[in-house]
Amino acid sequence: MWEYTEKLKELFLNPKNVGEIENPDAVGEVGNIVCGDALKLTLKIDKETGKILDAKFQTFGCASAIASSSALTELIKGKTIDEAIKIKNQDIAEYLGGLPPEKMHCSVMGREALEVAIADYKGIKIEELIGGKVICKCFDVTDEKIKKVIRENRLTTVEQVTNYTKAGGGCGSCIPDIENILKEVWAERIIEEAIRPKERLTNIKKIALIQEILEREIRPRLQADGGDVELIDVDGNRVIVALRGMCTECVMANVTVKNIEKKLKELVTEDLMVVSEGGQG
Amino acid sequence: MRVIYLDNNASTRVADEVVEAMLPYFSNLYGNPSSMHVFGGQLHKRVEDARAEVARLIGAELEEIVFTGCGTESDNTAIMSALESYPRKRHIVTTRVEHPAVLNFCKAMARKGYRVTFLPVDKLGRLDLKELDAAVTEDTAIVSIMYANNETGVIFPMEEIARIVKSKGVLLHTDAVQAVGKIPVDVRKLPVDMLSLSGHKIHAPKGIGALFIRRGIRFSPFIIGGHQEKGRRGGTENVPSIIGIGVACELAAKHMNDENSRVKALRDRLEEGLLACCPNAMVNGDSEHRLPNTTNMSFEYVEGEAILLRLDSYGICASSGSACTSGSLEPSHVLRAMGIPFTAIHGSVRLSLSRYNTDEDVDLVLKKMPEVIKELRHLSPFGREEMARKTGKLRTN
Ligand code: FES
Repeated sequence: MWEYTEKLKELFLNPKNVGEIENPDAVGEVGNIVCGDALKLTLKIDKETGKILDAKFQTFGCASAIASSSALTELIKGKTIDEAIKIKNQDIAEYLGGLPPEKMHCSVMGREALEVAIADYKGIKIEELIGGKVICKCFDVTDEKIKKVIRENRLTTVEQVTNYTKAGGGCGSCIPDIENILKEVWAERIIEEAIRPKERLTNIKKIALIQEILEREIRPRLQADGGDVELIDVDGNRVIVALRGMCTECVMANVTVKNIEKKLKELVTEDLMVVSEGGQG
Repeated sequence: MRVIYLDNNASTRVADEVVEAMLPYFSNLYGNPSSMHVFGGQLHKRVEDARAEVARLIGAELEEIVFTGCGTESDNTAIMSALESYPRKRHIVTTRVEHPAVLNFCKAMARKGYRVTFLPVDKLGRLDLKELDAAVTEDTAIVSIMYANNETGVIFPMEEIARIVKSKGVLLHTDAVQAVGKIPVDVRKLPVDMLSLSGHKIHAPKGIGALFIRRGIRFSPFIIGGHQEKGRRGGTENVPSIIGIGVACELAAKHMNDENSRVKALRDRLEEGLLACCPNAMVNGDSEHRLPNTTNMSFEYVEGEAILLRLDSYGICASSGSACTSGSLEPSHVLRAMGIPFTAIHGSVRLSLSRYNTDEDVDLVLKKMPEVIKELRHLSPFGREEMARKTGKLRTN
């Protein structure tokens, strides 16, 4: 069973703002019964001030989906549309005292329903509000949404993206696309971050950067194949790593080490040399 | 709050008799049965007595029982042994609805280059024996098919399966973890070569299982170590648990009638009651060939985990085959293989009883479940509309 916070359980057992507002000013419907999660949000909005006077929800889904929906309505009531649109999925999760990683998509669903409702209120298409093209057909998730969630939650693996958005959790045919988006987002970020310290790469910065690139760029991929790598030491420009799990027995171990070196040269500094503990490479 | 435990296919309460029998083996009788001295050596005899009880329950002979760490180990061992014993045969036949102990092991073997056929089931969870017949070839090292399904309780026709597989001279293993102790299982009449069972499903503790290995078949150990279990499974014997599973098997034999009459009647009353008072509910799986203690029901338009947590707040423990409990986003592979519509899969709940359940337990569930379903449907954007649509009160778009 999942580890749920008291707050979450309380809101699940006694949800607030259940139902449907009659003649609502905005409706946000997301998800569907096939996915196992769906949320219908209805809002009453003061046209003068843009203030959300009332919010009600109906949710089909698990305990965290119900609690997240209830939290969302609590969070947005009394706020103006412009204030409400700033609410992130993390705010919903925080309101609940946290969500298990596998359940983060429930908070994303809340955020999404809000976007749809606001687009509905403004009379614009949701694409205009968030943009993007559908990447995951099973769960109707766009590239813009995936990028946004990756950036805001600093996600690094496909599995995390699936936990947050459900994308990739069905037939799996969109997984290569999700991988590419991850690469794209991190390439932007890592290069951005890598360029900065290059001005004066102190030893501490160098180690931190190597560690970070190993974490984000390299380990997830090795872990996906049952392997892993650990940074043992950095001695001048010699980076000493240890391969773990499947990687240790792998005949391709040398290639793996070479690839790590290539990546680090590209993103940290040209002078690096990677060796694996135990000698190979 | 009183706990109403209806999750016995997951794990069972250890019987008082079992606990009592085990206790001395933690304190006074703590020796190693492999030791030369009398203090440890005397345990050997007790271990063999327990083995005899396990053997008796399934009609096996003493030497045909190997104690293992759990049902999963028994399953893995059986399949691995076949692959090791017939290295030239590169094919495994199993089903899509196996327990992960078989399913995921076979998938792992597939990644290592073995060919695996996963046989489909129909919407009642039944195998197509013609497909089985066609799947087994000269290249098949082993066929591994569960005796009874853990999620739906559907019992496979093992005798016919065995006839087909044995007529081709191929090894047959059955994961009988859910069947043993609930229905009569007799390897004298049933020509399976290997059979797995597990302690904690029959009121023994967790961490003890057994594998029946028919005399004369080729066998290769999975856990290699000392000469325990006649070299078929290394590792010091888990003496207290072995004593426990021995007593549990003895008790299971004694309670088999109760299981098939009283427990079955409780299950039936529960099922019929829920069908009668919850609209849009259904039973999943072949109810004719089914374990007497299990029912798997779907409540459309609500989600399984939400049902479970609400039941939990009343002290009722059940299980869900739906996405949320399994830790993945995938709905139950068993219900999916049966082609149950998603609307129903998400709202599936498994209720599994044991000899410790009573009429009052059933009464409470019959009282609380309809409330829970009603509340959750009230919360759901689908409940009313979809049901109204079904009854034609709402236009479909
Ligand atoms: S398209 Fe994304 S999981 Fe199927």
